Amino acid sequence: MTREEIIREENLVYKKPELLNDVPMHYCPGCSHGVVHKLISEVIAEMGMQEKSIGISPVGCAVFAYKYIDIDWEEAAHGRAPALATAVKRLLPDRLVFTYQGDGDLACIGTGETIHALNRGENITIIFINNAIYGMTGGQMAPTTLLGMKTVTCPYGRDPKLHGYPLKITEIAATLEGTCYVTRQSVQNVGAILKAKRAIRKAFEYSMQGKGSNLVEIVSTCNTNWKMTPEKANQWMEENMFPFYQLGDLKDNGNK
Amino acid sequence: MAEKEITLMKGNEAIAHAAIRCGCDGYFGYPITPQSEVLETLAEQKPWETTGMVVVQAESEVSSINMVYGGACTGKRVMTSSSSPGVSLMQEGISYLAGAELPALVVNVSRGGPGLGTIQPSQADYFQTVKGGGHGDYRLITLAPASVQEMADFVDLAFELAFRYRNPAMILSDGAIGQMMEKVVLPPFKPRRSEEQIASECPWATIGRKGGRKPNIITSLELRSEEMEIINLRIQAKYREIEKKEVRFEEYMTDDAEYLIVAFGSAARISKKVISIAREQGIKVGLLRPITLWPFPSAKIAELGSRMKGILTLEINAGQMVEDVRLAVECKVPVQYFGRLGGIIPEPEEVVEVLKKMVK
Repeated sequence: MTREEIIREENLVYKKPELLNDVPMHYCPGCSHGVVHKLISEVIAEMGMQEKSIGISPVGCAVFAYKYIDIDWEEAAHGRAPALATAVKRLLPDRLVFTYQGDGDLACIGTGETIHALNRGENITIIFINNAIYGMTGGQMAPTTLLGMKTVTCPYGRDPKLHGYPLKITEIAATLEGTCYVTRQSVQNVGAILKAKRAIRKAFEYSMQGKGSNLVEIVSTCNTNWKMTPEKANQWMEENMFPFYQLGDLKDNGNK
Repeated sequence: MAEKEITLMKGNEAIAHAAIRCGCDGYFGYPITPQSEVLETLAEQKPWETTGMVVVQAESEVSSINMVYGGACTGKRVMTSSSSPGVSLMQEGISYLAGAELPALVVNVSRGGPGLGTIQPSQADYFQTVKGGGHGDYRLITLAPASVQEMADFVDLAFELAFRYRNPAMILSDGAIGQMMEKVVLPPFKPRRSEEQIASECPWATIGRKGGRKPNIITSLELRSEEMEIINLRIQAKYREIEKKEVRFEEYMTDDAEYLIVAFGSAARISKKVISIAREQGIKVGLLRPITLWPFPSAKIAELGSRMKGILTLEINAGQMVEDVRLAVECKVPVQYFGRLGGIIPEPEEVVEVLKKMVK
């Protein structure tokens, strides 16, 4: 069989989403970002929103998200993506507007923008990648770093007396009147990936229906800065992250 | 011909009315004295029900300027206003706007600093505005109104310049012009641009890649130094073009002048009174009022300076623009500064005394 015969449509069981650009990714092997990018690409295509989507990328590992998903993008200053998204959605209400942010960007330097955009009920979706560490700058302590967890700025483990406590910003978001859908997901196996995809789809749909702001947290790994193999990182996440950052919907007012 | 409608209002109110009338699509701001009437007037006018202009009270000036950044990315006419401490908070965002080459308008109704300072008028943000208060090699097109009428007129002009050069523009005003009431003729209504117009006039705008066009990506990031240098050189070339084409100033009684006052905004108004008193006392003095603080009318000042016995800059700060005036005349003419600080407005009489000492 020739290659062309093998890749005929009826033989295909899996293919790269069309919106995912065919370029080398800068993410480390084993990183969760690639999977989440794939899910967003699939959901936008399935909703037929390729020509109406505007993504806002953060400062952090996902700063180059704009290279990978084939839609219009704006690259924000550190932490300010929800402010950009607010303006874009207010000025272009029929567009699908989402931000893609890490824990340092969203839950530390951008806490104000995050809380207030969510509480104003802006019809946007915030995709929040929580890997409990600053990845791009080399593994410093994040607001979401677990107690006892070692990073280059808490090399003896996060100590609440020195560093305070990990921040559950998603729980805070669920208490805000302006939020419609607040959920915590993960992408470490096929089942989790399918659930996360459904959550992203739901959030995007609610935002287009004008039901308020939506936050999808994806508890993720950073195997490079956690200094683990991708497989070990997933295991560590399940054993240590999930008990503190419990998965599931925290709020779903979409059908109210 | 219909008579022009003359109304009486504050400078801050004029900014708001002019914004609605010149097809502004979005205003994002945060309260701060002495400029809060801009947001208050917009809220009271409800332009979202008439022109469709969006008005958002943000959670901070940091957020305001980043909303402006997001809105500017869509090719819309977006603006914010604030006063000195708030504008300090916006500097990062202004640098990003310049870096991403985005058109937007920032209005600074400045007050005395440093720090929390005072709520009284000041021109102490000159350095911050024209020397780049944020990081990196960038410039801000800066218009300095000296009346409520100019507050109204400069809104549309600032947007025009911002879009012509894809660069943020600033109206650098002060608490006196923001708060004082004067007669003003508001600009005629101009409709907001349609989405089709924006798509054709701003092909770079991130409004969704309609018709399968290549994605638009707006960023100020480029990690490859060679590429980043090329981007910087292109931006610098744009700045040289602005310096060549967009210098604006007003000349007043300079024809027979032996002495020249250089002053902008409120200080220029005071200077006109100074000139009238000084001329009564036989001192031939004129005024050069920079309307654009960047690009600065250096060539004009050099030309005028070459036939002056001395130049006085009158500033409501500790002497900031005086540095640019000295550079302009290359120290061939004595250049002196006078000003008051802390929110005090100089009295014409005290300036005349300074002139008299210069003449002696």
